[in-house]
Amino acid sequence: MILETRQLWCRFGGVAAVAGVDFQLEEGEVRCLIGANGAGKSTFFKMLTGQLRPTSGAISVMGRDVTRLAPFEIARLGVGVKMQVPALFDGITVRESLALGALRTLERRRVGDAVQAMLKQIQLEAEADVQVGLLSHGQRQWVELGMVLMADPKLVLLDEPAAGMTRGEVEKTIALIGRLRGRHTVVVVEHDMHFVGRIAEKVTVFHRGMVLAEGSMDTILRDSRVREVYLGRKAGGVRG
Amino acid sequence: MIAKLALAIFGGLALLCGLPLVVETYTLFNLTVFAAMAIFALSLGLVWGFSGILSLGQSVFFGLGAYAYAIAAINFSDSTPALVAALAAPTTLALLIGYFAFFGRVTDVYFGVISLTTSLILYSLVNSTSDQSFVIGKAPLGGYNGIPSVPPINWPFMPEWTLGFEDMYYLTGVLLLIVYVGLRLLLVSPFGRICIGVRESETRAELLGYDVRKYKLGMFCIGAAIAGLAGALFAAWGSFVGPDSFSVSFAAQAIIWVMFGGLGTLIGPIIGCVALQAITTWLGQVKIIDPNIVLGLIFIAAVLLLPQGIVPALQGLYRRFMPRRQGSGAA
Amino acid sequence: MELFLITAIHVLYAVASLFLMTAGLAVIFGMMGVINFAHGEFLMVGGFAFVLAVQAGINTWVAMFLVAPLVCVILGLVVERLIIRHLYGRTVDTILATWGLSLLLIGIASVTLGYDQRGVGQPFGSIAIGAYREGVYTFFVIGMAAVVVALLYGLLRWTSFGLVARGTMENAAMAWALGADVKRIYALTFALGAALSGLAGAIFAPIAGVMPVSGTIYIAKAFITVISGGPLPLSGAVLASGLLGTVSELTTIVSTPVVGHVALLAAAILLLRILPSGITGRFFRGGV
Repeated sequence: MILETRQLWCRFGGVAAVAGVDFQLEEGEVRCLIGANGAGKSTFFKMLTGQLRPTSGAISVMGRDVTRLAPFEIARLGVGVKMQVPALFDGITVRESLALGALRTLERRRVGDAVQAMLKQIQLEAEADVQVGLLSHGQRQWVELGMVLMADPKLVLLDEPAAGMTRGEVEKTIALIGRLRGRHTVVVVEHDMHFVGRIAEKVTVFHRGMVLAEGSMDTILRDSRVREVYLGRKAGGVRG
Repeated sequence: MIAKLALAIFGGLALLCGLPLVVETYTLFNLTVFAAMAIFALSLGLVWGFSGILSLGQSVFFGLGAYAYAIAAINFSDSTPALVAALAAPTTLALLIGYFAFFGRVTDVYFGVISLTTSLILYSLVNSTSDQSFVIGKAPLGGYNGIPSVPPINWPFMPEWTLGFEDMYYLTGVLLLIVYVGLRLLLVSPFGRICIGVRESETRAELLGYDVRKYKLGMFCIGAAIAGLAGALFAAWGSFVGPDSFSVSFAAQAIIWVMFGGLGTLIGPIIGCVALQAITTWLGQVKIIDPNIVLGLIFIAAVLLLPQGIVPALQGLYRRFMPRRQGSGAA
Repeated sequence: MELFLITAIHVLYAVASLFLMTAGLAVIFGMMGVINFAHGEFLMVGGFAFVLAVQAGINTWVAMFLVAPLVCVILGLVVERLIIRHLYGRTVDTILATWGLSLLLIGIASVTLGYDQRGVGQPFGSIAIGAYREGVYTFFVIGMAAVVVALLYGLLRWTSFGLVARGTMENAAMAWALGADVKRIYALTFALGAALSGLAGAIFAPIAGVMPVSGTIYIAKAFITVISGGPLPLSGAVLASGLLGTVSELTTIVSTPVVGHVALLAAAILLLRILPSGITGRFFRGGV
């Protein structure tokens, strides 16, 4: 098991954004976390990355307890994170940004080739020496993905990777994530159900800070609790 | 990259050796202190422009370096350990402040305030040490009067062979060149590149696995040591140190030099510093118009018309006429 | 008993002075996010306006409550229009431009008014408290600080300008979308800050005299107090002045003014370490 949370809680004042979540992730999975706004997915995600301290509960990654670790310590264990709000090195070039992703883990002389290979993967070879801040929104998302993947993380956490993208860009992103299958374990927080349907093997539904249901896309769509929450009892009962 | 550096070195040396042939000794005297100030400007340019640390009170390290040099030189009668002290004292303070601030995860603006406040505290304290009882070894602190008769720099471990005006000119010039080249090399090293990343986005740097606190602390200490060196050179040049070296107005001057020259470049702080110092000195001599009025108008105009500073503006012009690929962080 | 009373009065005076010194900057920074490094010079201009008006024969109170603030309002409106307006959102550039403005104002003042100190005597005499004598002006300063707090609170809380200004402070884009003339609000807010600084400068003039470089002693303390106070303009300034002024004055009483000054600075650093967003970053949210 590559990621596990036990009774994870996150309280802000009187509100419990995450209320006792037990979560398990096996190596090699591609898991999607879905749920309405405010369901707790992003809060849960931030606790996994180390950016939020859980109020109580435990998180372990690759067998190690990471509940109290800082984001950089978690990253060093082999976790790659792409946040919802882009965190990019806007003032430097794409090439340099990717290089920074690799400097920690690769020998200096291997960095150049690795960067070139990644540029090909994210299809930004032509824009290699352009400042990141000047790229389109979709291109920036890929740069970020590229940076994250440079260190070859075993666990990849993505928060709304398709947000704000055009149809074409979404397709490319789906293909990119598809190529991650097998070598990396992926957790994706998403709203776009089409996107989720295309990439997810297993889906975890969040609601009011707790896990409502978990299973394959089909199972989820048929789950009565899920339909009740999303569609209302009467409406859900009509369609199959 | 090597080519550019070689050009800078040769150009710098040529300028250094050529100037004494065309200008008078008095101008060389001024240029020496301009060069020392330029080293100080570089320290702020490094820390602020390349690491994103808003060190509003960088003068603290300059002043500490100056005083450490003065006190050590007077006590040891040899400038060699004094120069070491001038580097060590500011670095130690930077370690303390940096640890307190960066490991406490203080945000940018508030770091600026802490930095400013530290310089105010040291200024107040040093300013009030006029009483005879405030002595360190053989050196009286002197309060607002400062410490007079600060010994000049001598050849290492040979206190009888002191450096005269012309020697100081060459020494300061060479040190400026060494610091500049050294920083250029630092900024293309992995450490430097990561620091630039930290400046761009601390979050992203953290998520890539870098301990941002350590990188900021490292850069901050390097900047402090360089500022301390500048302070020592200043003290040796003028044979005098005073609390004004710690003052907020001095710290603010450095900020102006860096902003005017170009934040995020290395040559910018040097040019900004020398240009503005030259203008201020000239205005002070010529006395046609109050220097504050001219400086004030220059700053306001520069901000409104050349918001990035003169060096990036010139770089922009250069690029317009000679389009080529954009480089990475340092310039 | 009298000693306690005198100490309390001195502490209140220190707090009041700090607040008055800070109020203008707090309004401008708190409500517009603009760091006005020429703040000290607005105090200086107010001080000079007051002194020159009194020396020209104008009634002291008219000079203090009308002439000084008015001169600064005009200066503030000009500055906002010509400089500040172009730099909204550019914090670092604003610092540079207002620092340039500060130099410019010092230069102009030096050239037109000379480099030395001007002053007027303190109005009022002194009264006896037990065995001690205390200047009545001390109470005047404390009183004025209280009046300014009350007026600002009233303005921000109960007038339509205050409401719109606070809305703009929270979310300028939203306020603009709702029809507020954001440019005008900012201009008026800056003018308000300038007026407060002018008034403060006039109040301090009889105590400390005015010189072209007088402003430089105010800016550091005011800036630190504003940041320590946090995002809310009025509450932040009041609380920060209260805390830092008290620490400073009590320390001064038991040792020297220098140590008191250092204590204020050290207290600010500690405060910011514990509450990185200032006092009102954590407490009293949703107020003014």
